Formats: sequence, structure tokens, C-alpha cells
Amino acid sequence: MKFGTAIVLLSLFAFAALVAAGFGVDEPFRQHMWILFFAVTGFTAILLRKTEFKPAAPTDPSAYMDGPIRYGAIATVFWGVIGMLVGVVIALQLAYPDLNIEPWFNFGRLRPLHTSGVVFAFGGNALLCTSLYVVQRTCRARLFGGNLAWFVFWGYQLFIVMAATGYLLGITESREYAEPEWYVDLWLTVVWVAYLILFLGTILKRKEPHIYVANWFYLSFIVTIAMLHVINNLSMPASFLGSKSYSAFSGVQDALTQWWYGHNAVGFFLTSGFLGMMYYFVPKQANRPVYSYRLSIIHFWALIFLYIWAGPHHLHYTALPDWAQTLGMVFSIMLWMPSWGGMINGLMTLSGAWDKIRTDPIIRMMVMAIAFYGMSTLEGPVMAIKAVNSLSHYTDWTIGHVHSGALGWVGMISFGAIYYMVPKLWNRERLYSLRLVTWHFWLATLGIVVYAAVMWVSGVMQGLMWRENDEQGFLVYSFAETVAAMHPYYIMRAIGGAMYLSGALIMAWNITMTILGYQREEEPMPGSAPVFRAARSGAKKWA
Amino acid sequence: MDYNLMREFADSWVLVAMALFFVGAIAFALRPGSGKLADEAARVPLQDE
Repeated sequence: MKFGTAIVLLSLFAFAALVAAGFGVDEPFRQHMWILFFAVTGFTAILLRKTEFKPAAPTDPSAYMDGPIRYGAIATVFWGVIGMLVGVVIALQLAYPDLNIEPWFNFGRLRPLHTSGVVFAFGGNALLCTSLYVVQRTCRARLFGGNLAWFVFWGYQLFIVMAATGYLLGITESREYAEPEWYVDLWLTVVWVAYLILFLGTILKRKEPHIYVANWFYLSFIVTIAMLHVINNLSMPASFLGSKSYSAFSGVQDALTQWWYGHNAVGFFLTSGFLGMMYYFVPKQANRPVYSYRLSIIHFWALIFLYIWAGPHHLHYTALPDWAQTLGMVFSIMLWMPSWGGMINGLMTLSGAWDKIRTDPIIRMMVMAIAFYGMSTLEGPVMAIKAVNSLSHYTDWTIGHVHSGALGWVGMISFGAIYYMVPKLWNRERLYSLRLVTWHFWLATLGIVVYAAVMWVSGVMQGLMWRENDEQGFLVYSFAETVAAMHPYYIMRAIGGAMYLSGALIMAWNITMTILGYQREEEPMPGSAPVFRAARSGAKKWA
Repeated sequence: MDYNLMREFADSWVLVAMALFFVGAIAFALRPGSGKLADEAARVPLQDE
């Protein structure tokens, strides 16, 4: 029976959720378990409707398993639009506080929804599907473990749904980028170990003797996130059927654990994993090998050895021991070298083919991503210097820095990978429209420029106003005066974010039409060979 | 095993071991004759499908 085991296990899971909904000790936990119950029951019902009693067709063990990757590509686009939309909403809430709709949609609950939505739902799905795409093709082996990839994909979506709904219900551990409570953390641990087994198992059964460097980056991302997630979330639940837990650490140890996690989430989730993407998709789209393979290996080891020590720069001038602050600062500055080594390696992959930046909008997107990787990894070490940090910390400058990395590097390289991968996954000759990719590129790029520039001005102004003393040593400005001064910048920031979101909506349209099999008739890109002639046989037309 | 003992061990032997591993990894990547192998490895993604 198709899905037989899954249906039985999911029914038991749904029953357990129902019991937890009945016996939960606090109201948010009971509501959360009702959501879990309906989500799992609905999913089980879909499987029941799709089940068959015919013997399953034998799978070709040499063919790549692309089903979960197709779902992952769609999930990436879907969560990307949702996460960015929430980002625009909270940007507007900061400018216009009346938009806070209590209790579910106020800023405090929507903010983690935005950060987790873009980092873990959009970025996580992008990493999940591209890593499974890349590992199969560079190992020349089908994914390990049969339906394990499906468990990882749907298990991860359930984690996203539980995390997101938990935030809206007010369930939070208040640990930055790790807000889900203990039971959601445990579920993610199970899914993540399955992901590690899936990825490692595929590498172990590879037919290609060499493990390509992209897989090293992906593997370091999976292993390190497992370690960070487990240690950062060590906590004691207040009740077995309740939504509250207490951290195993306290005081400055807790702060350091959180930023050891927080900065390495940036390092290994948002950098290492996406570098794996860069080392596969840039050579593929440019159709040239990476500039220096040996540099990529040095890039890998240097990044691994340096990143893990940089976290204390989030705790300058706090109760953290001074030597630990200096250590974090020094390692952050050293980190500049491998980052720029990797940036140069990615950019120089195009040496001899620079014309592709003009003729291929997908390459243009990837090059912009690498350029933003370089810019934000220069800005980061500068901000980690204690003297600079005394001005920048707690201000909007930090927000601007994060977004130049997240929108510029993570977003753009993911868009590039999705644009490359989707026509291949659905056997389409090309994307629905390359012109729309150009539109997406310019909307996203200008959106980031607006966002980052506005946040620089706003952040430096905020920092200077906070530290402004008069001749008698009194502070010149009250906090509310700095907030009022930032109001125009908050509006401009929302406009920059809305531009980026509209680019993502164009991508969603383009990807949807590509999957549905349409090709837009359009002029070829200027300067490119007219390979995309209209009137191809077989393709549906949609002008 | 208390904090100070672990700290001393981390500051000495573990630090040396990690530094040696790091230098060794770079030396291995740059060893004579690795250039040709690296060029082959760089072509791995271009030979699929």
C-alpha cells in the first residue's frame, strides 16, 4: 500500500497532538497543539486520498531523485514571498505604530516571524533543495535512504509552520534566531539528523571519487547547525505538556551561548551553505570551472577555523570578559581574508566571459550576489572593531548590514540558483521570461541600495544622537527624539523593502509560468546570440 | 576535571593541534602535483547530466 507506513505513523502523531491539546497546561500550548493536530490530520487525509494498492513501479536506482527538490524549489519561492511581505509589514509598523494589531500581529510577534521566515523558511528551503540537487549531480548518485528525502522536506515544513504559528500565539524562548520553544526544537533536531544521514549517505555511495567542494560547504553547514542548535537550545521545560522552558545557561554564559549560536548561524547557515550554492551554480551557469579549485579548499578551511570564534563581537562593552571581546574582534577582522578569497574566486570564475554579465541576467544576479558577499564581509569586520561598534551597536546600521548580506548575498544567490534549477527540474527548455529576470534584478538591486543607504544614514545619526553630550556632560537628546528623527528613514526603508518584495513577486510569476510550461515570446537579450527564437516546437505560447 | 584544567588543555595542546591541522590542510591543498588533480576536480560539476 502506497504511503501505508506514513499514514499509520501520521495518524498516531495526530492522536498524540490531540491528547496534548486536551491535557496542555497552558492556553497557548493547547492552541498550538490544535494547530499541529489539524496540520497533521490534513496532511494524512491528503495521503489517504492519494494512496494506491497497486504494486509500486520499481524506481530506477541510477536516476536522480528530484521530486523533493521540485517541492523545495516551490517552497523556497513561496516562503520567500511570505517572509519578505512580513518584512515590509513590520517596516511599516515601525514607521506607523497604528499598524500594530494586537495581540497576534504586533511588532514583537511579527519580527521573529520575519527573521525566521526569510532565514529558515526561504533560506532553509533554498539550501535544502539545492544541496540535494548538487550532491546527487556531483556524486553521480541517487539520494540515499529511499523516502528519507520526503520526510526531511515535509518534516522541515512542519517545523516552519509550528515555529511561525508559535510566534503569533506568543510562544517564544526569546533567543534570537532560535525563538521556537523546546518541543519544536526537538522536532527540528529529529529532522536535521535525518537530513545529515540523507546527505552523508549520498556522499558515501557516490560514484565520483572526488567530493566536490560545494558538498564540503553544504556538509559543514549541516553538521555545524546541528551542533549550534542542540547546544543553544539546551533547556528544561517547565512542564511536559506546556509551552515554557528555561535555558540551561544564565547570565553572561547565556548571552555568549546565544551569540556563539547567532553569529555562527550567520556563518554556517547564511554563508557556508550559500557558498556551496555559489561553487556549483556559478560554474554551471557560466559553463566554466571555478577560477581556482585550490583557493576554494583554502577558503573552506579558513572559513571553518575562523568563523566559529567571531561571535563575541555581538557583546562588546558588556559583562563578557574583555579578552573574549578582543578575541571575537580579532577573529572577525581575520575573517575578512577568507571571505574575500572566496569572493575573488567566485568573481574570477567569469574571467574570459565577462560579457555574460551583459547578456545573461542570471549570471548578473549571481555576480551581484558575490559582490554583496564581498561588501558585507568587509563591512562586518569593520563593525566588529570595538571603537566602530561603540557607535554602530544597537543602531539601525546593524540592521542595514544584515540586510545587505541577507538581501544582497543570500537572496540574490538563491534567486540565481532557482532560476538555473527550475527549467532543468521540470524539463523546460528555458525560463518563461529572461526579461522578467532583468526586472527582478533591478528591482532587487535598487531595493537593497535604498535599504542599506537609508539604514546607514539613520543608524549613524541614531548613534551620534545617543552619545551627544552638552558642555556640562548631560545627554542632549532623549530616546524619543531619536525615534522621531528616524521616522523619514523608516518610510524610505519600507519603500526599499517593497521594491525587493515586488522583485520577488515577479520571480514567483516567472517561476510559476515556467513550471506550467509557458514561454514568453520576447526579444533576445541585447548582445546575446539569438538562441531564444520564438516559435519553438512543443512549447505553449503566452505572449 | 574542572574548568581551569580544561581551559589549560584547550589553551595549549588543543590550540597547537588545531593550528597544525589548519596549516596541514593548506599545505596539503598546495602540495606539488595537486594542481592537475584540482583542475580535474573543478570540472566535476561540468561533466554531469
